[in-house]
Amino acid sequence: MCGLKYTVKEKKTKNILSRNHTLSNSQDIITSADILRTLIRRNSVRVVDVRKEDEYKKEHIKTAVSIPLATVLENDSSERIVQLLEQSGISDKTPVVVYDDTFGALAARVAWTFQYVGHSNTSLLELTFAKWKSYGFETEKKINVFPPAKHSLKENKEIYATYDEVERAKSEQNKILVDSRERLNFLSEHIPGATNLPYTMLGTADSILREPQEIKRFMENRGISIDDEVITYCGSVGTLSGLAYYALRMGGVKKIRLYSKSFKEWKKLGKPIEEFKDANFWDLSAE
Amino acid sequence: MKREVLNYPDKKHLSPKSNPRWGKEEETEIFGQNVKLFRKGKISEDDFRRFRLQHGAYGSRLQQNYSMVRIKIPSGEITPEQLEKIAALSEAFSIGSAHVSTRQNIQLHWVQLEDVSEVMRGLVDVGLTTREACGNTIRNVMCSHFAGVCPDEQFDSTPYAKAIARFFLRNPVCQNLPRKFKINFNCCAQHGLVRIADIGLIPVKKDGINGFKIYLGGGLGAASFIGHQLEEFTSEDRLVSTCMAVVRLFDRLGNRENMARNRMRYLVNEMGWEKFQRMVFKERSSVEMTISLDTLIRYKVDSENPSIRQLSNGKKLPLINEKVDINSDPYKRWLHSNVVSQKQNGYFVVFITLGAGDITSNQLRSLAKTIRDYSGEGCARNTPNQNFAVRFVKSNDLPEFYNGLAKVGLANPGALTMTSTVGCSGTTSCNLAITNSHRLAKEIQSKFIELGLDTEDDLRDSSIKISGCPNSCGQHEIATIGFYGGASRIDGTMTPTYTMLFGGRDGEEGMLGRSVMRVPAKRVIATLIKIIEIYKQERSSNESLAMWIGKLINGVVNGKGQIKNLDDIKTALVQTISLPSPNDDPESYMDYGNDIKFSAKTARGECAA
Ligand code: HEM
Ligand code: SF4
Repeated sequence: MCGLKYTVKEKKTKNILSRNHTLSNSQDIITSADILRTLIRRNSVRVVDVRKEDEYKKEHIKTAVSIPLATVLENDSSERIVQLLEQSGISDKTPVVVYDDTFGALAARVAWTFQYVGHSNTSLLELTFAKWKSYGFETEKKINVFPPAKHSLKENKEIYATYDEVERAKSEQNKILVDSRERLNFLSEHIPGATNLPYTMLGTADSILREPQEIKRFMENRGISIDDEVITYCGSVGTLSGLAYYALRMGGVKKIRLYSKSFKEWKKLGKPIEEFKDANFWDLSAE
Repeated sequence: MKREVLNYPDKKHLSPKSNPRWGKEEETEIFGQNVKLFRKGKISEDDFRRFRLQHGAYGSRLQQNYSMVRIKIPSGEITPEQLEKIAALSEAFSIGSAHVSTRQNIQLHWVQLEDVSEVMRGLVDVGLTTREACGNTIRNVMCSHFAGVCPDEQFDSTPYAKAIARFFLRNPVCQNLPRKFKINFNCCAQHGLVRIADIGLIPVKKDGINGFKIYLGGGLGAASFIGHQLEEFTSEDRLVSTCMAVVRLFDRLGNRENMARNRMRYLVNEMGWEKFQRMVFKERSSVEMTISLDTLIRYKVDSENPSIRQLSNGKKLPLINEKVDINSDPYKRWLHSNVVSQKQNGYFVVFITLGAGDITSNQLRSLAKTIRDYSGEGCARNTPNQNFAVRFVKSNDLPEFYNGLAKVGLANPGALTMTSTVGCSGTTSCNLAITNSHRLAKEIQSKFIELGLDTEDDLRDSSIKISGCPNSCGQHEIATIGFYGGASRIDGTMTPTYTMLFGGRDGEEGMLGRSVMRVPAKRVIATLIKIIEIYKQERSSNESLAMWIGKLINGVVNGKGQIKNLDDIKTALVQTISLPSPNDDPESYMDYGNDIKFSAKTARGECAA
């Protein structure tokens, strides 16, 4: 199991920042603010800020390096990603914690990319940057540079899906295709056979992902079992579905892949889509 | 760093209202389990539908895998934390907007059936329920949003409305009625929907005793009726037994065969009012003889914050009555059409104008904050005009109140005018809809605000209400100008059209509108503008649009003009409603929100379980 490996004595506290997860793997996926602060203090973590570089320059979490999502997406060949890791002083064993300023989706996409090239010891910060700051936790303006490190490349193909795998999933048993876009987008059009699990369901105002028990209940409601093989996708580059990828893992799904090229590629390739045009649901939105 | 800063902001707000706990945790579990059993084929479709409706979830338009979740807001009273919870639930499980309905419910659309139990779970946290919001049950108990603050009321009917709601919720007597059953409370003769409910009640005092004037057997639908007055005065100690008697009669005698004619109004109509009335009296006597202690305990009228009712800061606000026009300062314009004074000196009711009842999650949060900051009673009411009313606002707070709302697009003027158009959900989510009444209502509203019609006092007592089919969910029959959707072949092309009605009204003098003519959907706005133009030419001085229309339907317009009755106005509108040929302008044959050819598609309505 990939995930963040560290040893910290957890303080017992009622604060929800240190969550008492019941499922074993949730701590690998999510790092609480308390723990990250401890790791930063001990200098035993690499914090990755995926916001725009300008934002990073203004202020960021103490010790963080900047690897903007755009930089990752620009060229996401495995070699290039490994290079980014090495430039940031991340070696095979360095624990990495990623954060963003949306609701975890950008961080999730970058974290997934790291894990894809073999950096299993990656996790998501439970909070967004804005929240972190609102609690008055440590930030700085200083641009952090670390000595380059060596990182090996071990592609983790099991967590990635191509369009033909998506296509095949439809006819295979126990394969579930999860669309993580918002409800109205899903209703308008989606890949045939997909189940909608909007990213809006996954987090709360206080945390980018809900408690594992809750995610598990959402899965059970939808008939997704932890033994199913799930593929997640969203609208364009795999951010929303990246978050869904981690949410479902937190809910206990063992085999899960991200179709990172998502609906955008699917449509461009002219693959079949399911549309729903018999209701004017967009007119309900008060936007 | 000190530990305290780690604490999340305290969400507990000190509202003067206690959490009424309408919802029950175990019902959410059962709902979730039943969805699973239904999916596995272990519950039949019919049984599941009945169960689902009983728990407040309708099937969505042509998509049985989605639900419209109807949250009951008994008496329309809603707290900031309830609004915030609804905001979060809508974001997570619905479409990020909520919809204020014409019966003081709040509806979440397009919720996946699998998530309905999650929505319910969230609602239970804040004391709300969807139980018996649909199906053959006693639906949300309505109460005038002016109750407690209305200058003309004799006493506040709110606590009675809530007590009746609590008495009937989950009560075995109304779990399987022949059909839905609606109870509406007014505050005075004018404000409320007493004449279009199965039981409509107006609070009145007699010899110092609280009681009600009760109307029975009204209701809107494909065939609508105005309720009959039961007796001159029903004292408050007979309120439960009277309601119980009516419900029991309906349960026993109502038509269980013909779904299209099984509302109580048909029973009353078929039996004749006098006979029904006698039976109610007889039934009431037997209820009163057998009423159990248990029953009496179940029904308890809580007194409502008497202190706040006597508030007064003595400050009047002259601006409200000052004349405004389209060039007036937006704040003054808003004040003029959205704010009214209460009977409590110096306090005001502020209306929040929504578009056909829709409000985003972010707006709900802003509204919650506004209520906390400015409402002396710490809660708001939703109104049958699909708006919100925030009460007990002090005059000096109004500018800030306005500024806060304006930032989030909630400070549109016109809430209390004709511009605030009502539209049912129509083709946005309803199985029975023929037209997109919802969007049309929004289009009318924005056009009218653009034209500044909210500033015209002569249009103020008029209303526009639109339904997407004859079923009247948009209450088109009690509008000054009402519309219901249909389909007509025009120039060989299927076209969305509306039947236009004139002269409906609510309140104790409630009246159903008279059908005038059919108007193509895309000509409705032009037709309304033309009607206003004709009215301005034709009226005698000081006559409001509603008064003029009232005379028109009776054919007694005696002014200078040409237009004296409905036939005249039909003739005058022929030009306006006509469409260019379908080849020249295909769009005018399409409905709002569509760029494809119109076709009427409907499915089973579930309007009766
Ligand atoms: C024959 C079937 C139906 C009848 C006779 C009917 C009747 C009504 C009436 C009369 C109202 C207006 C409120 C009042 O009672 O004063 C109402 C409200 C409403 N009904 Fe229906 N209804 C039917 C079916 C449906 C269906 C299938 C839906 C959609 C799922 C629906 C959705 C609504 C909504 C959304 C409201 C509130 C109006 C709004 O603000 O949008 N109704 N219904
Ligand atoms: S009036 Fe017709 S279209 Fe509108 S909500 Fe009711 S049933 Fe649906």
